Amino acid sequence: MIALIDYGMGNIHSVTKALEHVGGRVKRVRQATDLVGCTRIVFPGVGAFRDCMATLRERALDGALHQAVAAGTPLLGICLGMQALLTRSYEFGCFDGLDLIAGEVVPFPPDLPAAGHKIPHMGWNDVVIADPLHPVLSAIDHRQLYFVHSYYCQPQHLAHTLAESEHGGVRFAAAIGRDNLLGVQFHPEKSQQAGLDLLHAFLRWNP
Amino acid sequence: MALSKRIIPCLDIAHGRVVKGVQFIDLIDAGDPVEAAIRYDQQGADELTFLDIRASHEDRDTLYGMVREVAAHVFMPLTVGGGVKSLDDVARLLHAGADKVSINSAALQRPALVEEAALRFGSSTIVVAVDAKRVDDHWECFTHGGRKSTGINAVAWARQMSDAGAGEILLTSMDADGTRNGYDIPLTRAVVDAVSANVVASGGVGSLAHLVEGLTAGGADAVLAASIFHFGEHTIAEAKQALASHAIPVRR
Repeated sequence: MIALIDYGMGNIHSVTKALEHVGGRVKRVRQATDLVGCTRIVFPGVGAFRDCMATLRERALDGALHQAVAAGTPLLGICLGMQALLTRSYEFGCFDGLDLIAGEVVPFPPDLPAAGHKIPHMGWNDVVIADPLHPVLSAIDHRQLYFVHSYYCQPQHLAHTLAESEHGGVRFAAAIGRDNLLGVQFHPEKSQQAGLDLLHAFLRWNP
Repeated sequence: MALSKRIIPCLDIAHGRVVKGVQFIDLIDAGDPVEAAIRYDQQGADELTFLDIRASHEDRDTLYGMVREVAAHVFMPLTVGGGVKSLDDVARLLHAGADKVSINSAALQRPALVEEAALRFGSSTIVVAVDAKRVDDHWECFTHGGRKSTGINAVAWARQMSDAGAGEILLTSMDADGTRNGYDIPLTRAVVDAVSANVVASGGVGSLAHLVEGLTAGGADAVLAASIFHFGEHTIAEAKQALASHAIPVRR
């Protein structure tokens, strides 16, 4: 059973349908106790960082996620769900994240080095992965995935950046992770076959 | 690595069905929205836009149901617009499975709605549709399918909406719409140069060369078209081939 973290903001419907499409059974998790019995966690995300973290704390989901990750449960963070894995974010202020991976969430500079590029970074972009044999990310190496974001992750340790993409002259982390943790900046549930292939690989991942 | 330019088929919706008309009149039934979405998904469309052109209040649940069905069958970005009047309307469409919600006349009536929506749901989910028509030496925002002028300068308005937090401007030339003579390129270029948001060019596509023009001369981030795709004149793959042959980055 996949725990789908529902903090009342994200587009839960699309992620649910995409996971079901690749053979997953999904349980929507709104509070810490709902996590019991779940073997995988998907943490999707749309909305503001501060609101997301506030809701997680209110429902004691922050501690529950820490426990589940420490127990080895594979976790996939999507977009804001990836960003929340880091230490802090500078979106509309400075707010603490889950700190499961050391690093910060920073905005694209308003004047991108390469002209003619817009913020948000919106659309299909290439993803290049660091380790072509990564059991989940190998499904999407050199494929295009759908991105929508104005902020990106900067992990403190190079080894935690598992894939990169580039927008307006800025190279950024398209995927981060360590051990049983994986975060992706793009939306697999909106990336047609490439996204479905990644979700399929995640459901079979035994880190 | 490069961000691809997007090709977006647009489906006009009335009472939960796909319809096609010329300049908002003479509507013909063009099929089931879920079937159309699946067809475009298989062809490799980059995104889909649904505009509820009737947008009557009694039909709202039909629209939400349609969005939910489409989102359960295709896994690609969906923009939905038509009759969006409040934050609650935006929330319902996002929950039904829309990724972006397009706001049109409600923004003209109350511009603060766009800022409130962007703050609450994020800029990336908010599109402002601008229907522009040339008046003397400039363009003005029109409502009621291009029949009523608001007197508002369309380029300045697009800029104001982008500054208010709209992540994307869906720019339709009411002069070009339905003519099949191509996008209004000067209008597209003027808006692209004025805003920081993404710009989707719309209205007037009659050939694949028009798509190329919208992205090169017009400078748009994405091109929207309806009839050339609906009636099987061209496939998305042919459109991408045409773009690629002009060195425009596309997703293959």
